[in-house]
Amino acid sequence: MRTLAFAKRNGKELFRDPLTLFFGLGFPLVLLVMMTVIQNNIPVHIFELNTLAPGIALFGLTFLALFAGLLLAKDRSTAFLARLTASPMTASDFLLGYLLPMLPMAVGQSVICLGAAVALGLPLSWNLLAVVASLVPSALLFIALGLLCGTMFNDRQVGGMCGAILTNVTAWLAGIWFDLSLMGERFKAFVYLLPFAHGADGARAALAGDWAALPGHLLWVSVWAAALMALAVWLFRRRLVER
Amino acid sequence: MNAIQILGLSKEYGRRRVVDALELTVPAGELFALLGVNGAGKSTTIKMLSCLTVPTQGDARIMGRSVRTDSYRAKEILAVSPQETAIAPNLTVRENLELMAGIYAQPKERVAEVTARLGLEEWAGRRARTLSGGWQRRLSIAMALVSRPEVLFLDEPTLGLDVLARRELWSVIRGLKGHTAIILTTHYLEEAESLADRIGIMVSGRLRAVGTAEELKALAGCENFEDAFVALAGEGAAS
Repeated sequence: MRTLAFAKRNGKELFRDPLTLFFGLGFPLVLLVMMTVIQNNIPVHIFELNTLAPGIALFGLTFLALFAGLLLAKDRSTAFLARLTASPMTASDFLLGYLLPMLPMAVGQSVICLGAAVALGLPLSWNLLAVVASLVPSALLFIALGLLCGTMFNDRQVGGMCGAILTNVTAWLAGIWFDLSLMGERFKAFVYLLPFAHGADGARAALAGDWAALPGHLLWVSVWAAALMALAVWLFRRRLVER
Repeated sequence: MNAIQILGLSKEYGRRRVVDALELTVPAGELFALLGVNGAGKSTTIKMLSCLTVPTQGDARIMGRSVRTDSYRAKEILAVSPQETAIAPNLTVRENLELMAGIYAQPKERVAEVTARLGLEEWAGRRARTLSGGWQRRLSIAMALVSRPEVLFLDEPTLGLDVLARRELWSVIRGLKGHTAIILTTHYLEEAESLADRIGIMVSGRLRAVGTAEELKALAGCENFEDAFVALAGEGAAS
């Protein structure tokens, strides 16, 4: 009940911010169209729609980290959170309240991105639904990263961390813009310890109907997401009450 | 019954002792004003009593529930209106109140009740950020009342408001007396004198004097309350 009441408030805060809607829904579409235009002029394998669209859908989810982090950091900087901290809300109530409204946004974002890809020529298939589902652990991962940053930093720092650094890190380390093999085997092995490339590969596997490869990627991302969320809850609980 | 029982409550930040072995009892339904100059320890005391800060030593009981060992249950029956206006600016007045009703599992009718009681009906559909400072403060207090708290902490509720807005809020606060135990911190001496059943004066983290406005004037040997406060809270008094 408490969690849902708080989640409802956070959803309203998010959906009433036009910048959130532009960056969350519009920006990935711009990238998708731009890369498709490049692909039409200079054909590159990685910019083919069946490879690019799942990658861009993943990239769009990085903005969830920014939205979650900014919302939490802004709340922390005001007396509003102090009021709620004096209520019987627990750390889990708070973080679930921030997380829940992000999930429909993540699904909506993926659907819009893949819908645009279909309009640009990606064949329509049931596997697109599997792509949307396969991106849910990645959405949780980015939300957890955002909540962790929002717990640790102020809103300006969160803007830098999640808005600039995380989007670039994801773009480079998820293999969206280039084939990770180009950077050498050592780099590739390191990158596959992180969750980003698994997120993109999982979405591509779902689109291709490669059901054997999918669970491994999803598991890797899910473990990272669960670990980061647990860390965020632990840190938030410590910061909830001044010692 | 005692609504608040403070037992040797202390708070240290590093080596600095901000609140020092505070002892106080506030009966149910009483409005108790906590006065003191800046840095006297008023806000830190409120933070400890509302479970926002863990005391370094001592304890306090809110309707018998310890802020140290039973803070979850204490939080169920207390509410706080912080010094800064604590509202969700992008939500409407009604949505802010519904949020608090949801958190404290209150029925929707309670929102309508509090809206009417605080005279917020006309503004119910407006985003909170578009309200004037006085109405935002009123909403902030309304949000604290939605949960029907048995103990209410009002930290500088009229800070920065013009005289008319302050007087309007005074009448709201007066209306709460008798039903809810209130601890109010303020810098406005006339506010404490006008509203409070009893007044405590804090100096350097300690409670220097407690009593009615008349008792404090008598204690300081002064005709008016401002002189009494200066005499009791000034440097000479601290030595």
